[in-house]
Parts: sequence; structure tokens; C-alpha cells
Amino acid sequence: MDIVQMLVVLTVLVLLVKPLGTYVYHVFSNEQNRLDRVFGGSERFILKLIGVHKREGMGWKQYALSFMATNLILVAFSYVILRLQNALPLNPNGMGSMEEALTFNTVISFITNTNLQHYSGESALSYFSQMAVIMMMMFTSAATGFSIAIAFVRGITSKGKTLGNFFEDFVKAHTRIFLPFSFIITLVLVALQVPQTLDPTLTVKTLEGTMQQIAIGPVASLESIKHLGTNGGGFFGVNSAHPFENPSPLTNVIQLLSMWALPAALPYTFGLFAKNKKQGWVVFSAMMCLFLVFLSVAYTSEKIGNPAMSALGIDASQGSMEGKEVRFGIAQSALFTTVTTAATTGTVNNMHDTLTPLGGLVPLGEMMLNVVFGGKGVGLINMLMYAILAVFICGLMVGRTPEFLGRKIEPREMKLIAVAILAHPFIILVPTAISFMTELGYGAITNAGFHGISQVLYEFTSSAANNGSGFEGLADNTPFWNISTGLVMLFGRYISMIAMLAVAGSLMRKPTVPETIGTLRTDNKLFGALLIGTVLLIGALTFLPVIVLGPIAEFLTLR
Amino acid sequence: MNRNKTNTALSATALKQAVRESFIKLNPAVMIKNPVMFVVEAGTVIVLLMVIFPGLFQSQDTMGFNIAVFLILLFTLLFANFAEAIAEGRGKAQASSLKKSKQDMNANKLIGEFIAVVSSTELRKGDVVIVSQGEMIPGDGEVIAGLASVDESAITGESAPVIKEAGGDFSSVTGGTRVVSDQIKVRMTSEPGQSFIDRMIALVEGAKRQKTPNEIALNTLLISLTIIFLIVVVTLAPIAGYLGIELEVPILIALLVCLIPTTIGGLLSAIGIAGMDRVTQFNVLAMSGKAVEAAGDINTMILDKTGTITFGNRMASELVPVIGSSIEAFSEWAAISSLMDETPEGRSVLEWMKKQGMSYDAGLAAGGALVAFKAETRMSGMDLADGRRVRKGAVDAVRKWVVAQGGTIPPDLEQISNTIATLGGTPLAVAVDNRLFGVIYLKDTVKPGMKERFDQLREMGIKTIMCTGDNPLTAATIAREAGVDDFIAEAKPEDKIAVIRREQAEGKMVAMTGDGTNDAPALAQADVGLAMNSGTIAAKEAANMVDLDSDPSKIIEVVAIGKQLLMTRGALTTFSIANDIAKYFAIIPAMFMLAIPEMGALNMMKLGSPLSAILSALIFNAIIIPLLIPLAIRGVAYKPMSASKLLSRNVFIYGLGGVIAPFVGIKLIDFAVHLWI
Repeated sequence: MDIVQMLVVLTVLVLLVKPLGTYVYHVFSNEQNRLDRVFGGSERFILKLIGVHKREGMGWKQYALSFMATNLILVAFSYVILRLQNALPLNPNGMGSMEEALTFNTVISFITNTNLQHYSGESALSYFSQMAVIMMMMFTSAATGFSIAIAFVRGITSKGKTLGNFFEDFVKAHTRIFLPFSFIITLVLVALQVPQTLDPTLTVKTLEGTMQQIAIGPVASLESIKHLGTNGGGFFGVNSAHPFENPSPLTNVIQLLSMWALPAALPYTFGLFAKNKKQGWVVFSAMMCLFLVFLSVAYTSEKIGNPAMSALGIDASQGSMEGKEVRFGIAQSALFTTVTTAATTGTVNNMHDTLTPLGGLVPLGEMMLNVVFGGKGVGLINMLMYAILAVFICGLMVGRTPEFLGRKIEPREMKLIAVAILAHPFIILVPTAISFMTELGYGAITNAGFHGISQVLYEFTSSAANNGSGFEGLADNTPFWNISTGLVMLFGRYISMIAMLAVAGSLMRKPTVPETIGTLRTDNKLFGALLIGTVLLIGALTFLPVIVLGPIAEFLTLR
Repeated sequence: MNRNKTNTALSATALKQAVRESFIKLNPAVMIKNPVMFVVEAGTVIVLLMVIFPGLFQSQDTMGFNIAVFLILLFTLLFANFAEAIAEGRGKAQASSLKKSKQDMNANKLIGEFIAVVSSTELRKGDVVIVSQGEMIPGDGEVIAGLASVDESAITGESAPVIKEAGGDFSSVTGGTRVVSDQIKVRMTSEPGQSFIDRMIALVEGAKRQKTPNEIALNTLLISLTIIFLIVVVTLAPIAGYLGIELEVPILIALLVCLIPTTIGGLLSAIGIAGMDRVTQFNVLAMSGKAVEAAGDINTMILDKTGTITFGNRMASELVPVIGSSIEAFSEWAAISSLMDETPEGRSVLEWMKKQGMSYDAGLAAGGALVAFKAETRMSGMDLADGRRVRKGAVDAVRKWVVAQGGTIPPDLEQISNTIATLGGTPLAVAVDNRLFGVIYLKDTVKPGMKERFDQLREMGIKTIMCTGDNPLTAATIAREAGVDDFIAEAKPEDKIAVIRREQAEGKMVAMTGDGTNDAPALAQADVGLAMNSGTIAAKEAANMVDLDSDPSKIIEVVAIGKQLLMTRGALTTFSIANDIAKYFAIIPAMFMLAIPEMGALNMMKLGSPLSAILSALIFNAIIIPLLIPLAIRGVAYKPMSASKLLSRNVFIYGLGGVIAPFVGIKLIDFAVHLWI
């Protein structure tokens, strides 16, 4: 039954890839199509309003500058609102102003699509903040990521001088993808009993006769974009494990698919841009293979459960249910965990801190790789970066200087990619090591020993991969953690984005080399396997020593 | 391809020299150029300090281990240096023999009417010198008067002298070559120190060797991997410290050195130098490593028909008897007419008949007199002892001769000769007195083995274009016979450039060969231009490779060498990175096994003890470098095949092999090491 549940979701996902990927392609191909009649008018109006009259293409520098400037303005706006939320309307529960370091962390967290939450929504945010800051940034950060991915794909697949117009892409991502999709999903979730209201927290008398506060609010609307935009920041502290956020297995599946479908469809969109659908499927398959391995580990590990519990004579036949919701069970929890960290959403329907050691290794590993589908756009960019690396190493073995999609990979691209591949381990391992050198850091650990290492490692990995899920055990709302994770999220997002845009800008200007029988093919099974190999050799081996000290040591010593 | 003139087994002096170089190269100022190995050197120094001042690091307990680590690291460095030194050594040996021909010499400089004896170093561009029999030519120049045979063996290794004469395509001479007969007047074309031989010495010595773009890109990758693993190892100490595990510095250094790509880092420059050297061994002089790499990328190859694809001289390929004659009678007379004919055409008739198994009666010619070819008669032949006169020559000349003797002209003669002419051949008629027997079909013959080579090129994804001055019909015949993909007929020098530009506009890389001055622009335009050493200075200047043997078909092998160079680089990189898996499984459990005994489960190789595991991994890491030196220098085996097949094969050998080999190697080393600890 468990397997069937997972297979159904996987099948639906695979079926969604083609139509969705085609739709996304038509949104960004900038060719005339029927969608223009539906959305064209409002887009023209918005673009005129913000002063974009001619949708001129941009070089990579201008594109990067545009998206950075846009994000900066949104950050400033959001910071002010969170600090002043006590004085702003729509605050029926009378929330106070948010503290500086936490505001810094929260704003960075949402603009970077991370949604690491060092606060609990129900006790720290007004409804206005939830909507104007949290939800707004959930849209904009996802749209930013999407635009960058599309710009990158345009750069490596087309021959021209521009990556497209950021503002046009950014607006279209909203009007044609995130707004309509989340509108529909909101309605579906409301129909499935997720609250959507501006009423204050309910105070009710329970059966026992005591008074209880029940937090509600505009949950459904946040819930839809939370997943669609692979954001993951919950309305409530416990996120999608909360019965109001995710009341039933059906909403669970909807949430799974809505966070997973767009990242999974992007490789197909890439294939369309590259005018080689097989190329898109190869990238998709590489991602899917890695995903299936991770899912199997998570599921089996949780199903086997905790040997220490069995040793106590507790019936562990249903697996390790600690920290999981009974309404989801092992399969839906394992699947959710694997998807949320694959798509770097960071929403959780079970507490990752209580996963079995190897089960906990799965989300950690996926975030370390950050290529198994990956967050809005970023996953595809990262996977293509590994594809370029694979081409670079293997391309030489066919006796030619390496080329990807007909373009030569030369020192300039390798330098930029070096920056990107260095950044990820650097911003995970260095802060982790620092945390273990200061009381400010390791003081937050609530579970000493190997698990403590996992807790700290998870926090920074989640930040660096812009995932945002937490190994919730860490007492992380302190200036040290707020500032350190804030910086990690910032670097994790922008360094690789800018570096990869520069790669796209550089590849775009190169003459294309025609494909012959002597060219390394990147659209067949062999290359798919090489791609996986490269990801594992370069991406995974880096983290092996810490993984050994964290989850693997915990696994080996748990008897 | 394996035309190695020098013995591949290294001489003892070369070895000694390389060993000395390996120590000299330990100088950090030199080492920093190779960041991967520089990190190893830094680690070596730290461990050395721990050995000398144990108190400083509180590490007295593990003195023996530290010394072992130090020694292995030192040897890792020496092995890497040795690889480079060996590769450089081969070039140096060649350079020193070249230098011998570059000694100072006296030159007879012409000043006005007088001859002044000056030192060759004082000669400037434009000076004119006289070089007589037995003298060395003092510098690169152009023959402006006279004709001489010149011994160029110093550069080409070819002992037969070549003829150099003023004007035309054989007017360029190279400094350091010797005039063996006659006297020539030479105008200098290079300044001292910039002559061809100077550049050649610099090239083979590797002094001017610049990293190619691909090498720089690969180096970037290797440096970033090194930094990543540096981060991994440095951060590991505090993280393990949280668990109360104290990691000793030498162990961390051992882990670092094992993980960073030392194998490829140590061999990378040797691969580059050896690749260039392989081209040189092949008697082709590449002006830069970039040119050799570019050869690997070639998509289109433009080849001259004459001399490259065909022999260039016309040879008999068929005997066509006319009506009223028979093949037997005709072949007999064709043979007789050619018996004393020493021209290649004449000889080819006899060779062709021999090949066909045809015979003739040589007795007929006994006592006959040779009638040599004359431009007026356009015929040659023999006057037999019995008075009969045999003639062979241009069809209309023979026809007139026969008619003049009252003979009749066979009705099909016109048609036969026209057919041969339209196919690009040359018809030669053979007659005895007033009777015409038939027509010899002479044609330009494709060199043996060319078709197979073009098939191989096609398999490598390379398109071949044949360039010829012939008419389209003739060109098509030869093109079909040779198996080239495309041809340009009635080609003018401009056409070659046009084709190169057209191909390049499609993003293709083009290679071509040439020798004449009018080839120079095309040679410069092509991505790989191979000039013939016998060609003009202009052609040699424009090209980025010069073939000292002047064999234009060598361009095909040059492409293979370029590919081989890139493949070797890719294969060893893959191998080096794939090695990390096994090294991790050796070192990681060893590091933590004392503190966390359960880690023993990860000790998949069942290595003897933690210390022996670390040392074994480190030893493997060191000795793999000298083990791979032969491969780096020789290059990985390359057979022309499609990219997909090539990739699967190399991934299987170097990728999968790279994963498995260290598991086996480390385990074997551990057997030995474990006896001691």
C-alpha cells in the first residue's frame, strides 16, 4: 500500500512534466501565442506602470543588476514592515515589532526563497506581515529564481546578445504561472478545509472545560504559494504537519505535487529551448534517478525504525512514527521529506529532527547536492553546471576540447563555475566548524553527540541550499544563528546565481560548433550516467567526512 | 605514428638528469606554478617540522608515523617533478643536437661588389651572403641566385640533400643547414636569434611553453577541487573536536593529500610537454601547444590533391586497344615502347603490366635504339633492329606520324581518347610504323591506404575536402576513388580561403596543408595550418605547424596526436578524481575508529590497522604517479572511432578502473605495510 501511494504520486508527476514544461516554455519563449490574449493586457499595463516601455533584451550584467536591484528594494520594504508591524493595520492579535537580528534573518530567508523560520508565524507575525511580507516574497523570490533559470537556459541554448528582459520575465512568471496556479490551488485547499480568514485567533472552551487558543488566518493562500514557489515557510511553526495547513493525505499529495511539478518540468522546458527534447529528458532522468535512491533510503530507513525502540520491547512494526503525523504515515512522510528537500522547498509534514539517522541523511544529502530537481530554477541551473563539469572532464576523453550544446567550455567558464562549486561547501562547512568552536554556536544544540553535529550541519546546509527546513531541535533564535544563517542564505543564493548568469552570458556569445559523430553527445543514457557520477564524485564526496561524523556515526552506534 | 627515431627506453644520463631536476624543482618558487602540488609541499614542510620539533606540536608519540608520512609526501612531490623532468628531458636532448648546428660561423657577406667575412650573429635581415660548397648557411633566407643541393639533415633528420634554387617554391633555406654542392646567393630573412632553428630550439626545450586554454581551464578545476578539499579537511578538525576526537595534524594532511587531485596535478604538465614532443618526434614542428590541441578539434580538413592524396605523377592504369587490334598485340608494343623509357610514365606501363600478369617478348627490342622524347615530336619510342619503328606519345602527334606514313586511323581512336581526357586522364597512343595499336590510359593515382584513412577520419567526424586545379569531372573521379567527402575543382588560391571561411562561419575548425607562397593566406586563416619545410618562408611563417619531412598527408596523424593529447588529459583527470572513493574508504574509518569503534563497519577493505590504512592510501597516492608516467608520456591508446564508442571505452577503463584500482592497490600495499605496524 505504501509503495502504491508513492508510485501514484510519482506517476502523476511524470505525466505533468510534459504539459507543464511546454506551458512554461510558451510563457518565456517570447513568441506570440494564445496566452498573450489572456495575460498580455495586464502585463503590458504592469510593465508600462513600472516604466518598461520597450522590452529590450539585457546582457548578463544588466540582467543580474536588474534582479539584484529588484530584490534589494523588496528586502528594504519588507524589513520596514516587519519592524513596524505593531503600528500597521490587520494585526488583530496585536503582534509587536520584530527584533532586529530576527528581522534580518527573516527578510533574507524569504527573499532568498529559503524560508528558514526562526520565528513561529502564529506568535510573531501580524496578518498584514504574513500577506505583505511573507506571501509577497514567496511570489517574488520564486519568480526571481524562475527568471534567472530561464535567462540561463536562453544563454546556453540561443545565439544572441541578450538573456531576455528581466522585468518582462519577472512579471510573466507572476501573471502566467504563480498567480493563476496559486489562485486555483488556494480554492482547492479551501474546499479541503484549510482555513482562509482574517479573523483573529479563536479562543474556545474545550471538552475538558479549559480555554484554548486556536490560531487561524489566511492560511490557504499562503499554503498554495508556499509550495508552488518552493518556499516552504509555514503559516504556523510546525508547518505542513499542522492540521490547518495540511489537513489530510489528499492535501498532502496536492502540496507534494505543487512544490515538485514545476522544478521537475523545467528540464523539459530546457529541452524545448535547446530544441532537443531528449536533452531535457536526460537531465530529468538524472535528477529522477538520484531522487529514487534518496526516496528508497528514506522510506526503508523510516520503515525499519529505531533499533533502540525495538530493544525496549516497543512494537515497531509500523516503523519510526516519532515526529510523524498519524494521518500521513511512513510513506507520505518519507515522500514528503524527500520531495521537500529535493525541490528545496523546506516545508515539512514531519519533524526531520526525529527521522532515523539514515532517514535524516536523505534531506541533508539532497540539500548538499542541491541538484535533485532543486528549488525554483536554481536546481536546473545547478544540474546544468554539473553537466558542464561532466562535459569538461568527459569531453576531453573523446579527444576534443570540451563543448556543451555546441559551445566551447574555456577558462572563463571554468573560473566562474569554480566560484559556484566552491561557494556551496564553503558556506556549509566553514560556518558549521565555527559553530563548534564557540559556545554561541554549539550552545544551541539540544541533542549532544553525533545528532548534534547533524543539527548544526542541517541548519547551515538548509540555509545554503535555500531550502529552509529545519532540524527543528536547534534553539536557533539567537543573534549568532540569525546572523550566520542569514549570511549563508544570502551567499548561497546570489553567488551561484550571478556566477551562472555570467557563464550564460559568456557561452551565449560563442560561435556554435556543429555537432558531428566526433562530438560528445549529451543527450543519451551514457551522459545521464556520467552526469550522476559527476554529481556524486564532486558534489557528494565533499561532504562525506562530516556526514560520517553526523548521521552515519549515529546510525552505526544506534543499537 | 610510432615512428620514434629515438629509443623509447631512456638513457641512463637522461634518467640521472631527470632525478636531479626532480630535486631542483622542489623549490617552492617553482612549485607554486602547480598549486595542487604546492599544497602537498606545504603539507610536507609541516610534517617535517613536526618531525624535527616534536615538542612544538605535542606529537612525540607518533614519531615513526610522522617520519613515514613525511617521506611518502616527499616522494609524491619527487615523483611529480620526475614526470615533468622526464617529459622535458626528451625535448632537451633534441634541442642540444639542434644547438650544435647553431654554433657561430663565418659568413661571406656581400657588400656592394666585395665580399666581407663577418660573424653570422652580425647578419641582419636583408643582408646578402654567398654560400659555397661545404659551407653552412648562416641564417634563414631566400635564394636569390644560383642552384645548390643542401643537406638539411640537422633539422629534418633526412639525409638525402634537397635542391634549392632561386625563384619558385624551393627558394627558402634554413640557417644551420649545409650546402653540399654548387654555390648560392642568399638574402637573409630573419634577425639573429629569431631564426627558424632558434624558435625550434625554444619549442622543443619547452622554454617558451605556454599553458593552453584547455590546460588553464583544467587547472582551474583542479585548483577548485583542491580548495574544496582544503575546506573539508580544515573544518573537519573542529567538528570532530566537538565529539572529543582529536585529529592529529599529519593524519589530516594525509587525508588532504589523498583527496586533492595529485595524480593529474602531478602529471598535467608532463602530458602537455609529451604531447608536443610526440608531434616533434613525428618530425612536425608545432609552434604552440594550442595548435596541437586545435588539431584535436578539427572538423574539416582541406587537402591538396596532388602530392597529398595522389602521387602527383601520371601512371598507366589501363591499356585500351583500338578496333582492329588486340590487347595482346597492343600490350606487347606498349611494353616495347616503354622498355628504355626512364620517365615515371614509361616505367609505370611496365609496372602495370607486371601487376596484371601480362608478358611481352623482350627479345624484340634487342639491338634497338632509343628515340628520346622531344618537345617538337611529343613522342618517344624505339627503332628496332629489324627496322620497325615503335612510337608512343600524345594522341594527335602519333596520329599525324601514322598518317604521314600512309596508315589509316582507327575509327574509335577519337572516342577513346576523349573519354580518357574527360575522366581526367592522359591518353598516350602507341603505333608501329603505319599501324596504330591502342591508347594507354595514364592517370593520377591515389596513394595506397588513403581511402581507409578517409574512412577513419569520417568515423572521427572529420569532413575532408579535396582541392585541385583539375576540371570538375577529373576532380570528381579522383574524389570518388579516394573517398573524400567533397572537392573543389579548378581551385584558385582564393577559393581555399573562401572554403575555410565558409566552414569557419559554421563554427567548424579547419586544417589544411600548403607549401607555396600563394597558400600563405589560407594557412594563416586555417585553425591548423601545416606548412611543408620544403615550402616558402611565407608559407612557413603563416602556418602554425611545419612538417620537416614535407609530407602533406601527415596532417591526418597530427589530428590523431592532438586528440590523443586531450584524451590523455581527460582520462587521467577522471582516473584521479575516481580514486577518491577508495581513499575515503581507507582513511575515514581509520581516522575515527579509535574513538568510534563502530566505524570499523566502513572499513570495507579490511585494512590491517588505522595507521597502516592511512599510510597505504598515501603510498598508493604517491606511487600511482610514477606508474602512470609512461601512459602520460606515451598518451592513451587512440583508435579512430565515434565519440560515443570512444567515451564508453575510456569511461570504462579510466573511470571505472579509477574507482576499482585503488581498492586493489591500497589493499595490496596494506598487506606489506601492516607487517610493520
